[in-house]
Amino acid sequence: MIIENSDVVLSVCDLTAEVDGIPILNGLNLEVRAGEIHAIMGPNGSGKSTFSKVLAGHPDYQVTGGEIVFQGQNLLELEPEERARSGIFLAFQYPLEIPGVSNLDFLRVAYNSRRRHHGLEELDAFDFDEVVREKLEIVKMDDRFLGRSVNEGFSGGEKKRNEILQMALLEPKLAILDETDSGLDIDALKIVANGVNHLSNPDNSIILITHYQRLLNYIVPDYVHVMEGGRILTTGDKKLALELEERGYDWVRQEDATEVVAR
Amino acid sequence: MSIQVSADLIPSANPSGTSSSHRQTALMALLSHRSPLDLPSIASDVTWLHEVRDRAAARVQELAIPSTREEEWRFTDLSPLMQTVFHVPKPTTQPAYISLLNLPEASEHRLVFVNGVYKPHLSIVPDLPTELFIGNLSQLPSERLAHVQNYLTQQPGAEEVFTTLNTASFADVAIVWIPKNLVVETPLHLLFVSTAEATSIAHPRGLVIAETGSCATLVEEYWDGQAEDPDSQGNVYFTNAVTEIWLDANAQVTHTRIQAESKAAFHIGKTAVSQARDSRYTCNAISFGAKLSRHNLEIYQTGEQTETTLNGLTLIGGEQLADTHSAIALTKPHSTTRQLHKCIVDDRAHAVFNGKVFVPKAAQLTDAGQLNRNLLLSPKARVDTKPQLEIVADNVKCTHGATVGQLDTDEVFYLQSRGIDAASARNLLIYAFAYEILGKIAIDSLQQKLSQLVTSRT
Ligand SMILES: Nc1ncnc2c1ncn2[C@@H]1O[C@H](COP(=O)(O)OP(=O)(O)OP(=O)(O)O)[C@@H](O)[C@H]1O
Ligand SMILES: [Mg+2]
Repeated sequence: MIIENSDVVLSVCDLTAEVDGIPILNGLNLEVRAGEIHAIMGPNGSGKSTFSKVLAGHPDYQVTGGEIVFQGQNLLELEPEERARSGIFLAFQYPLEIPGVSNLDFLRVAYNSRRRHHGLEELDAFDFDEVVREKLEIVKMDDRFLGRSVNEGFSGGEKKRNEILQMALLEPKLAILDETDSGLDIDALKIVANGVNHLSNPDNSIILITHYQRLLNYIVPDYVHVMEGGRILTTGDKKLALELEERGYDWVRQEDATEVVAR
Repeated sequence: MSIQVSADLIPSANPSGTSSSHRQTALMALLSHRSPLDLPSIASDVTWLHEVRDRAAARVQELAIPSTREEEWRFTDLSPLMQTVFHVPKPTTQPAYISLLNLPEASEHRLVFVNGVYKPHLSIVPDLPTELFIGNLSQLPSERLAHVQNYLTQQPGAEEVFTTLNTASFADVAIVWIPKNLVVETPLHLLFVSTAEATSIAHPRGLVIAETGSCATLVEEYWDGQAEDPDSQGNVYFTNAVTEIWLDANAQVTHTRIQAESKAAFHIGKTAVSQARDSRYTCNAISFGAKLSRHNLEIYQTGEQTETTLNGLTLIGGEQLADTHSAIALTKPHSTTRQLHKCIVDDRAHAVFNGKVFVPKAAQLTDAGQLNRNLLLSPKARVDTKPQLEIVADNVKCTHGATVGQLDTDEVFYLQSRGIDAASARNLLIYAFAYEILGKIAIDSLQQKLSQLVTSRT
């Protein structure tokens, strides 16, 4: 929701980034305030995942210019784990499988590292169990997924739900969901969307990266951005997504050329 | 990093540069420390045993310490062993530390040897004669002692140089004899400890006989008695161990072997296993210790429908070298072997794996799988791996492979992105890699002890 005069959570200014010397992000600007839901759409290879990984601090991506301020802090100075602890959460487009690391242990270690950061006492296995069971409800996940290795042998939909479970546990200030809807059947999509809506509140913000208007029927964005060539080409409200679905991206490219920019 | 899968790919390894007579002399020096048999003179007729030892001693004189020119020792240069002068260990008092090596689960049967010498006060053997025999040579009833000669030193491969040296030199034998159809519920613990003595040499010898239909869990451990002191650089000593295991028809033995010698020690160990038909043998071999170690694991399947499972984990760092050579000979139809050997190599350490599987014409309808996976934690760490299948039979299912890799940056990043710091993320992943093997050890306290060792190493 758009809240008048709410705090700026994330401010990205003229961001450029490259991987292996190849420029991917070419002057990206974005401002996200508390309570807002932003959707980022755009053709394959336009740099959406790259942007999300730069926010989370992936070591393969080098920021070559611009700045990212998160809650008043220079995000680029922080290690990935420090970013996570201070409230950045990335739900991965392709969540990794980590054989041999139990999902439950992983969730507890992650949960406790955030608690430590906030000066709270760590939870032992027993107390944590209670917390995690409550969160399982949000994504309608069976507790047998806790005993398995992280994402190992999970179906696509189960992996995505496991990501939202982590989001529920870590209660981020800014969640970036990279194509969390891709490949989900309609029931799974509803579960994931309900989970995200449940977790959304006036204090936190969400960036949804998606190719499909379908998700936006369930999670209604305040802003829709179109990305191409590593930049935000245009920004509108939820109607923009409908239009994109109908008319494709070519139309935006033409509008951009005539410098009609929304917002 | 280096991976070698074929002998032809690289020029011959750097030879140790010592002449064969030099290597012969060095072996004779090792033989000169043979200790007398630890048997009371009134014991029953053991002439055969003296003869076995003497024959071996005579044979040693024709052998030499292998050089890296020999295919079997290409990557393991024994020059440091040759350059060390060893002594027979003097009698010692046992450090209190040994009690930490007790396994609560193995509360009924334990044999402890310190520097090769049996320690009755540290051991637990049944007071009254039972069907199960566990004890050293002198405890063995005389009628059984005569019977032992059908097994002791009778495994194929006994001609190998260090096995021969052990046969010539062992002072005592740790013996486990499980009679027909007996199921031993608690683990049988064989513990060999080396204590604070400079450059000593010991030749531990084990003999396990599992008669038809019997079932037992065996834990065989080699520990540095000084391991308690974290600052200790470790003593230089040499353990030359041999354990022979016989599984009669339909017997089942689950064997965990742990090599945790001092970081300055030499360890050369042999596990020779013969499996009669329908028997099932599992080995979990874990190597942490020694400056230079070699484990020869030899399996002879002699009957149909035998099952062999070999799980191995090597975890080394510093300048350690750990070499595992396994050989599985399938001879009869319908048999199965499964092998997974994993190495975690840090610093400038060097792991070697050579896994041979022989499937002759007679071994039709067999199923052999072998996998060697290596995790290199530093740019100077090195592994040489050589899976070697020799298949003559045509109706078999054989798979093998080797992988060498580093920690996956994406996996580390995934964990970091959830707030876990980089060091903990790495540890979690290393532990997970090791756990695939450690998780197979069904003795809780042992699994825990080893898990802690992995965690403290990383
Ligand atoms: N690690 C990498 N190495 C090389 N090229 C990369 C890497 N990561 C991204 N790229 C390239 O950067 C460009 C942007 O990729 P990115 O994954 O950010 O696009 P995307 O908008 O998320 O696409 P999609 O909609 O297909 O998920 C692509 O051309 C891609 O090939
Ligand atoms: Mg993407």
